[in-house]
Amino acid sequence: MITLIKRPAPSARWAWATPLLAVLATMIAGGLLFAALGTDPFEAIRAIFWDPILGPNASYFRGQLLVKAAPLILIASGLAVGFRAGIWNIGAEGQYIVGALSGAWLALHLYPAETVWLFPAMVVMGALGGLVWGLIPALLKVAFGVNEILVSLMLVYVAENLLAYMAFGPLKNPDGFGMPGSRNLQQYPSAHNPELLAGTGAHWGVVAALIAVIFTYILMHRHIAGFRIRVAGEAPRAARFAGVEPKRLVIFCLGLSGAFAGMAGLFEVAGPSGQVTDSFNAGYGFTAIIVAFLGRLHPVGVLLAGLLMALTYIGGDVAQLMLQLPPAAIQVFQGMLLFFLLGFDVLTNYRIRFGRRA
Amino acid sequence: MKRRAFLTSTAALAGVAATGLPAFAQDGPLKVGFIYVGPVGDMGWSYQHDQGRQAIEAEYGDKIQTKFIESVPEGPDAERALTSLALEGHKLIFATSFGFMDSVMNVAAKFPDVKFEHATGYKQSENVATYDARFYQGRAVQGLIAGRMTKSNKIGYIGSFPIPEVIQGINAAYIHAKKANPDVKMSVVWAYSWFDPAKEADAAAALIADGVDVIMQHTDSTAPQAKAQEAGDVITFGQASDMASFAPKPRVTSTIDNWAPYYIERVGAALDGTWTSQATWGGIDSGMVEIGEITDAVPAEVKQEAEALIASISSGDYHPFTGPLKKQGGEAWLAKDEVADDGTLSGMNFYVDGITAEMPK
Repeated sequence: MITLIKRPAPSARWAWATPLLAVLATMIAGGLLFAALGTDPFEAIRAIFWDPILGPNASYFRGQLLVKAAPLILIASGLAVGFRAGIWNIGAEGQYIVGALSGAWLALHLYPAETVWLFPAMVVMGALGGLVWGLIPALLKVAFGVNEILVSLMLVYVAENLLAYMAFGPLKNPDGFGMPGSRNLQQYPSAHNPELLAGTGAHWGVVAALIAVIFTYILMHRHIAGFRIRVAGEAPRAARFAGVEPKRLVIFCLGLSGAFAGMAGLFEVAGPSGQVTDSFNAGYGFTAIIVAFLGRLHPVGVLLAGLLMALTYIGGDVAQLMLQLPPAAIQVFQGMLLFFLLGFDVLTNYRIRFGRRA
Repeated sequence: MKRRAFLTSTAALAGVAATGLPAFAQDGPLKVGFIYVGPVGDMGWSYQHDQGRQAIEAEYGDKIQTKFIESVPEGPDAERALTSLALEGHKLIFATSFGFMDSVMNVAAKFPDVKFEHATGYKQSENVATYDARFYQGRAVQGLIAGRMTKSNKIGYIGSFPIPEVIQGINAAYIHAKKANPDVKMSVVWAYSWFDPAKEADAAAALIADGVDVIMQHTDSTAPQAKAQEAGDVITFGQASDMASFAPKPRVTSTIDNWAPYYIERVGAALDGTWTSQATWGGIDSGMVEIGEITDAVPAEVKQEAEALIASISSGDYHPFTGPLKKQGGEAWLAKDEVADDGTLSGMNFYVDGITAEMPK
């Protein structure tokens, strides 16, 4: 007989140990899966976790880790703030799209003018686009009490259709032989978000992600606003007595996470992706939700979780190429990670006692 | 935008210098890499490319070694997949979707000693060749059969994206259906996807409810075939792959993308050092467009007509876009006996006269 006994407060030690345990359990269960598929499990695990960092072509893959992790970290940093306050922005994917569209629109509108102000202005436009898209559910919640989870999620689909419309219509490359998709911003120097040091993968989005981590750390752990946000999430009534204005908090959290997601979209469309196409959004906005929770809603945790998530993507691709593993197996592997993390969370909140119920 | 759509831009064609790359010293087998936009099990587009990969393995045996990466999203992920293949020592890489175009160009610039083949794109360079198939030739055959066989005089067309490749197909099908049956009407439904069984099934159901008894599809799943089978007296055509499991009816014939002959030729050229960058737009004659078996559900005289049409397209005697043809709205396009040039076709963004559907903007 196993009994779960609720801890008076979540265990800090377990809170940090469970992600590591989850990774370990994923390696074991994933290894069994790969073995069942007829692949050497040790080789597969090595391809996923080792090769991208220290393998033969690691100098390329390390840079790609940053490219993949940057948008995840930037978006998840914003989301984590809101999640701490119990404000659930599920629509970062939509804010990411609208941010990218806003910034790309500015660049494509001014094409081919070259000016040093263009890229910074695009970043501002990207942030504003995401902000506006995030504020729609915020204002609806504040004014009419509409559930922000539903509105922010449904606005993703609106954004996807807007993206398709733009890729097939107004932003279509006029020199593209009628093909959908915008001009490639990588070929427009003033608008391009290039690698800052060749071969490192680091573009302005990577810099922004690091700044976001530092910013949210100061906000949440060194500033009274962070205290209020945390109290609002943990004890809403107490927060109201402490003078927290819930409406303002909703607007702040959704606006901030929207702006971060919008900027992430802009850095992506002006950099690694380059083009507005109907399949531009690659699911970063949704994956970032996982990253936020994997990182325990803590800024440093988000940083590490984003890197880990990126590693499973890059490593998954390496495993697919080297061992010809089917991509579905890699996705199951990624799913296991989240599953085990949530499963082991029991240890953070409960103590386990074996034997008879007392 | 997902994968294909084409273009052998005449300008680009002219721009490709026929510079032969020197044959490189070969130790060990030639490594040939493929990236697919979908899963190899999609039974359509990516499946057919993988058939081509297997054909080169069978042809060249241990002289080559192939690897593929499937379900590669377009954009930065494709660029990474291509770079990984190049870093792994692959010297010939096939990128099999239109949306991989800019990624191919970026990676090709970084690996000048690696040869790239890009399906359905329009950008070439010294180490990037393009290839595509004249799918509209198969559509002409389908149009003829559709026009002859429809009883309701209503034909339905499930489009993927309003891009030139798809519009060529709609026009070619309509022209030949109309020629066979002047009363024919065509409705077009857009799925905005290359592969989405649920959407394709909905589109087919809507068309059937509207009285359509012939369905053509430019999407890759067999969902429309299943819907047609359910409805009973509706015929369909296999798309990309043969879809023979729905023969003899609803699937009465098919247009098959057969990449194997081209892949065998290009790998051979890479092996003996004669590979050069070029733009290929193959049709029925080269085997790239293959017409699947015409089943007995098609009346014998219609089958004969269809076979005659296939023969005349294949021999080059007949071009599916031969005047007199007007654009939708009545604007003149081709005079009598005038034939459409490849440049116009590859940028085709208009319907021909008689199609009542409106082009999505």
